[in-house]
Amino acid sequence: MPTNGMESWAVDLNDVAAIYPFQGSEFILYIAGLAFWLYWHVMQLRHEAAEVERETAADSDGSHTKAWIEKY
Amino acid sequence: MGSNIEAITTIFTEFYYWVTVVFMFLIHVGFCMYEVGASRRRNHMHTLMKNTMIIPLVTVTFFFFGWWIYFAFPNGPWIFEGKGLDYAAATGARPWDPAMGTNIADRINGVFWAAFLLFSWTAASIVSGAVIERIRSGAFWILAILVGSVTWVIGASWGWHPDGWMVKLLGYHDAYASGVIHAIAGGFALGILVVLGPRLGKFRPDGTPRDIPPHNPWMVTLGLFMIYTGFWGFYAACNVPIIAPEVIDGQITGTTWTATNIYLAPTTLSAITFNFLMSLSGGLMAAYVVSKGDAFWTYSGGLAGIITASAGNDLYHPIQAMFIAAFGVYCIYKLHHWVERKFKIDDAVGAVAVHGYAGFIGLVIAGFVLWGQPSSPYEGYAAINPIGMFIGAIIMFFVLGFLPAYICARILNALGVLRVPRKVELEGLDFDNNEAYQVAVAEVIASEKAMVSEMTAGQK
Repeated sequence: MPTNGMESWAVDLNDVAAIYPFQGSEFILYIAGLAFWLYWHVMQLRHEAAEVERETAADSDGSHTKAWIEKY
Repeated sequence: MGSNIEAITTIFTEFYYWVTVVFMFLIHVGFCMYEVGASRRRNHMHTLMKNTMIIPLVTVTFFFFGWWIYFAFPNGPWIFEGKGLDYAAATGARPWDPAMGTNIADRINGVFWAAFLLFSWTAASIVSGAVIERIRSGAFWILAILVGSVTWVIGASWGWHPDGWMVKLLGYHDAYASGVIHAIAGGFALGILVVLGPRLGKFRPDGTPRDIPPHNPWMVTLGLFMIYTGFWGFYAACNVPIIAPEVIDGQITGTTWTATNIYLAPTTLSAITFNFLMSLSGGLMAAYVVSKGDAFWTYSGGLAGIITASAGNDLYHPIQAMFIAAFGVYCIYKLHHWVERKFKIDDAVGAVAVHGYAGFIGLVIAGFVLWGQPSSPYEGYAAINPIGMFIGAIIMFFVLGFLPAYICARILNALGVLRVPRKVELEGLDFDNNEAYQVAVAEVIASEKAMVSEMTAGQK
């Protein structure tokens, strides 16, 4: 069984609508898409926090920061 | 043109392809910016000229024989039912045919030729970035013609043509060229890199890779933005904008006109616009996470996302396109670094991964997701299936990509013309320009200082 239900193009295009695969699973796809989007924010925030934390901890006397300010 | 509606349709189609060609020019601009940005200062002009000269060299060779190959090779030759070269179909694509010049009776051949030609530049330009800072221009340009005017065109004739034997026998479906451009060009780049070797200093004595940072990350990322923009034109150019079922003359019934993909199977510009943007987004998001926000890989991941989804982007649902892109990008990022460490392959811009691996993976995924769907509007063709698509991916990446490049690079290497000498590589491939520049600058400075001395002497 074809994944979009179409065995061939022997059809009148006037009678054809959606042709994407796995029709009927749109809402599940939507939920999965939402989860992916939210997962991305979680991962991004975690990564950014770790990066900022590392940089802050590595420069207790401020000399590294001053060196970057010098570079403008 | 028999009627006014026929005339409007023809002239619309002519204009449509013409616009795609102008858009696709940006792909080449983008590749040049990208490569120059990625190279070190002492290699700028060499890097730029190496890519720029693809334009005339691939253009004339594509005119001389590339376009003919596309129409002559759909049967293999001798792969489909023992049929040889299709001389009849290729009549009109030979440089001495009237259709290959100013001809009021044929308004489509020139713009269609140009659309394919811009794909040819892209194929060669993909390879160009991988080999920067050590390949000789002369060797590269021979290799560029091989991929741009021969091997990718054979791939297109086999798997990106309504009568291609891969479409008929394997159910090969590659609507926006995951395989016929990207897998071929990526495999081709790998074939050269194996022979060419890494840039000096790329690997530490213990074999671990060093990062050679781009001299201008802004230029690299703007180049990739340009490539995204040109890619829109590429997608549009892969479609037939408007055609009637009776002109297709296949199984479609009724009288509803449609846009089609290259196989003349119906699709819409809306479908590919949805899927282009969602696969770009899936690629960017996955690349950002997997590379921990690295700008180079995030941008490249956007491109790789589109490339992974391209084989089926005429048929996917947009969220499917997004997930396919994200999965592909995760795989290619890991593969790039594994291949780099394991085999000491120095791909300066990640072209093998972004184009080759993404294209290969995209074909395999399309085989599963589109399983059983018709590959063509004509009767008797194999349906899209995972085995056919996997074989297709092997043919594109290894047979038409890796193998010819490896053989040609070995020959060029044996002739001693593949790689610049060590001294030149360390000094920079712009050594000639750089020395001339220094001499000119010294002369101008000396002359201007002399003028100042004369002026001050006169004041005294």
